[in-house]
Amino acid sequence: MIRVQQEDFDIGAEIAALTEGRRDVGGVASFVGLVRDVAGGESVGAMTLEHYPGMTEKKLQEIDEEANRRWPLLASLIIHRYGRLEPGDRIVLVVTASPHRQAALESCAFLIDWLKTKAPFWKLEETGAGAQWVDARDSDAKATDRWVARKPGAE
Amino acid sequence: MRVLYFAWVKSKVGIGEEQIDPPAGVATVGSLLDWLSQRSAKHASALANRSVVRVAVNQEYVGADHPVKPGDEVALFPPVTGG
Repeated sequence: MIRVQQEDFDIGAEIAALTEGRRDVGGVASFVGLVRDVAGGESVGAMTLEHYPGMTEKKLQEIDEEANRRWPLLASLIIHRYGRLEPGDRIVLVVTASPHRQAALESCAFLIDWLKTKAPFWKLEETGAGAQWVDARDSDAKATDRWVARKPGAE
Repeated sequence: MRVLYFAWVKSKVGIGEEQIDPPAGVATVGSLLDWLSQRSAKHASALANRSVVRVAVNQEYVGADHPVKPGDEVALFPPVTGG
């Protein structure tokens, strides 16, 4: 399940709703991304997340389906916010549930790595030097690459 | 054909989207970017470094050889930075 929204989310409520009434879930993994107050040595007062309505939902849906193909998940959730956010605000939530912890942990890491390089979002940071678009990082591309050939559970 | 711009590509072009009607010879993403670059100095500036411009046609990532046709939705934007 995916959601793209301006409003904040409640981590506990989202996880509870995802596993509500289920007796087959053995492990739930989650990742929460927050806005930091520093980027590249500059202090960040706020950021605005722009996205491509339509394509964003489509790409997140594909990414969610890919995780469900690779791991035996019982439930999964991606929530990504857009609009103006301040340091400490939540940006993104990924939750995965599986009978066992390994699939939940691995697929959660996969989802956040994969969406960082595939979902059409862009960050505009408000710093002391003015508003600046964030550059894509090589380390994010490498984090995605490690999942390209890898099979679930294989090292 | 509808063209959408995002992030700094939008800032540089100065508009978020436009409806265009390129000549029939403009049949690929590469030739469309060439044609768009001729529209104004702002377009030329936004598309000067093709290596940092990503292209989606009908909401799928594509390369310079991908065909474009009337009715397509073409989006131009920098490498993504969400998450």
